[in-house]
Amino acid sequence: MWSILRKDLLLELRTREAIAALIVLVVLILLTFTFALDPEGARAAAPAVLWVTLIFAGLLAVQRTFLVERESGAWYGLLLGPVDRGAIFVAKLVANLVVLAIADVVLTSLLVLVLGTGMPTAPLELAFVNALGLIGFSALATLFAAISVRLRARELLLPLLVLPLLVPVVICAVEASRIVLAGGGASAAAAWLRVLATFDVIVTVAGWMLFEQLVLE
Amino acid sequence: MTIRARIAPVADTVLPGFAFVAMLAALACVFLYVPNERMQGAVQRIFYFHVNAAWSAFFGFGLAALASALFLWRTDATYDRLARAAVEVGMLFCTMVLCTGPIWARPIWGTWWTWDPRLTMTVILWTIYAVYLVLRAMGEDDPQIARYAAVLAIVGVLDVPLIMVSVRLWRGIHPSVISAPAGQGGIQDARMIVALVVTLVAFTSLFLWLVWRRFEALRLEDELRALEDDVDALGGRAAVGGATP
Amino acid sequence: MTVVDADTIAKSFGRVRVLRDLTLRVDGGDTVALFGPNGAGKSTLLRICATLYAPTAGTLALFGSRQPSAETRRRIGLLGHQSFLYPDLSARENLVFYGRLYGLPRPEHAADTWLERVGLAANATRSVRVFSRGMEQRLALARTLLHDPELLLLDEPWSALDAAGADLLSEILAGLRADGRTIVVATHDFERGRAVAERAVILHRGRVVWEASPSDATASVEAAYRQVTGAVAA
Repeated sequence: MWSILRKDLLLELRTREAIAALIVLVVLILLTFTFALDPEGARAAAPAVLWVTLIFAGLLAVQRTFLVERESGAWYGLLLGPVDRGAIFVAKLVANLVVLAIADVVLTSLLVLVLGTGMPTAPLELAFVNALGLIGFSALATLFAAISVRLRARELLLPLLVLPLLVPVVICAVEASRIVLAGGGASAAAAWLRVLATFDVIVTVAGWMLFEQLVLE
Repeated sequence: MTIRARIAPVADTVLPGFAFVAMLAALACVFLYVPNERMQGAVQRIFYFHVNAAWSAFFGFGLAALASALFLWRTDATYDRLARAAVEVGMLFCTMVLCTGPIWARPIWGTWWTWDPRLTMTVILWTIYAVYLVLRAMGEDDPQIARYAAVLAIVGVLDVPLIMVSVRLWRGIHPSVISAPAGQGGIQDARMIVALVVTLVAFTSLFLWLVWRRFEALRLEDELRALEDDVDALGGRAAVGGATP
Repeated sequence: MTVVDADTIAKSFGRVRVLRDLTLRVDGGDTVALFGPNGAGKSTLLRICATLYAPTAGTLALFGSRQPSAETRRRIGLLGHQSFLYPDLSARENLVFYGRLYGLPRPEHAADTWLERVGLAANATRSVRVFSRGMEQRLALARTLLHDPELLLLDEPWSALDAAGADLLSEILAGLRADGRTIVVATHDFERGRAVAERAVILHRGRVVWEASPSDATASVEAAYRQVTGAVAA
C-alpha cells in the first residue's frame, strides 16, 4: 500500500500540472466569491467560502487521480497486484488528502490576505478542524470517484453522488471553524467535531470494505 | 427464488385486495370518522397522509439498503431488483411527503417552507434517492452500475443518522422561524389514534404491494432480455422461425 | 495440479454477450495457444483468468481456489493490449514500482536485470511517454515477468514487436516453458503460437469450438481455423 501511495505522490509531484491547475482553480473561485460578496459579508462567510471552494475544486482533482491511471491501463496493473483492494482505496484516499491539504493551506492563506480576516486566532485548532473535514471529504470523494470515472457524464455525476452525502461535513466543518475562529477553542466545538470524526471513521471503513465491489467489472 | 414463489400467490391476490379495503377504511377514517382538530381545522387531516408517506419512504430506504448489502454479498440479481423497486416506490412516497408538507404548512405556519430539521432531512433523502435513480437510468443493462448503486444505497443509509445529527445541531443555533410543528405529541382524541393506525396499515400494505409489482415487472424484464439473448445466440429470430415482434 | 479451471463461463457487457458456455482446463506446465477471430472473446477470457473481470455466470477456479485472493494474484502475470505502465514515470521507475507492489526483496536489482534482458537498459531513465510501441511492449513484458509468475497470460504479445523483439519473446517463452511455467497465449500468429504452445484451442463467438492434439501440425490448425470461422459467417 505504501508503494502505491509513494507512486501516486511521486507522479503528482512529477507532473505538477494537477496541483498547479487545482491551485489556479481554487484562486479563481475565491476571486469570484470576493466579487460576489461584499467585504463585510465575505469576512463573516470565510469558513463557508473556504469549504465550498475546496469541495468543488477538490471533486475535480480527486477524479483526476483515477483518470491518470486509466490512460494506459495502469489501473489494471494495480488491480493485478497482490494487494488487498481496500488498501488501494486507502492509498488513494491519502494521496488525495495530501493534494487537498496543499490546496487548503494555499486557500486559507489567501483568505486571510484577501478577505482580511486577520490572522486566525487559533491556527492549530483551525488546522485540526480542517484536517477532520478533509479526511471525510477525501474518503467520500475517493470512493465515489472510483464509480464516476467509469461513466459518461463523470464531471456531472461525481458532485451528484457526493454532495448530498457530504452535508454533515459541510455543516460541521463550517460551524466548527466559525467557533474556533471566534476564539472558542476546540472544546467548544466538540459536538461538531465528534460528528465529523464519526463521519470520517464510518466512510473510511465503509469505503475500505466496499471498494472491492466497485472495482470488479 | 423459492421465497419469491412462496410469497407470490399471497402477494398477487390477497395483498392488493387487503390494501384496497384498508385504503377505503383509511379514507373513511380521515374524512368521516375523525373530528376536526381544534386549532388547525380541516387541513390537519393531511397529517395522516403526510406522516405515513414519510414512514413508508424511510422504510423503503432501509429496505433498499438491506437488499443492496445482500446483493453485494450474494450477487443474486433478485436482491438488486428488490433494492431498485424499494427505492422507486420510496421515492414516490418521499415526493408525496414533500408535497403534502407545504400544503399543510401554508395555512398553519404561513409559509411554504422552513429549514426545520425534519424537512431538511427529507429533502436530502430525496436527493440521495434521486441520484440513485439517475445512476440506474444510466446503466440499463450494465451489472456493474447495479453494484455502484448498491454501494450508494449502503453508504447513504450509513450517512443518514449523521446527516440527522448535524442538521439538528445546525438548527439548534439558528433561530427557528416557526416553533415546532404540532405533530403526534398531544393527540388527545382516541379517534385520531385509531385513524392513525388504520392509515398506517393501509399505507404499509400499499407500499408493499407497489414494491411487489415493481419487483415483478423488473424480474419479467430481465427474463425477457435473457430470452432475447438466447434467441440471438441461436442465430437470430429467422433461424428460430419466429415472427418479428 | 489444475491451474485454471473454467467451467461454463459466460460474460456479458450490458447487452453484449462475449463469452458463453466456455469450458477450459489448464494444468500446471501446460502451454496453450488461443486462436480465434476478433470478438471471439480471447482477451475477455484472459482478463477473467487474471481476476480483472468477474464472470457473469459459471465458475472459475485458479490454482484450485474459487475465491482468488491477493496471494493468488501474486502467481499470475498478464500481458494485455494495454501496457499497464505509467507514461510519466521512467522505464526503471515503472519496474521498481511494480517490484515493490509485488513485494520483491530487491526491486531495483530486479528492474535492472529485466531492463537488460528486454534490451531497454539504454532507455532506463527515459519517460515511457516517449517510447515507441515496440519499446513499450518490451517494457510491458518485463513488467509481466518481473515477479516470476507461475501462470502467464499473454494477449497478442507479438503484434507490437519488431522481428528482433518477437524472437526475444519467443526465446523467453521457450525458456519459461522449459521451467514448467503455465502459459496461455492468445495470438493470430499461427507459427509462433504453435512453436510456443503444445495445445491449440480455437475460440469462436465465445465458445471453444476446436482443440488440437499435440501431434497436429501448424498447418492443420490453420486449416481448422479457416474451416470453423469460415463456416459460421459472422
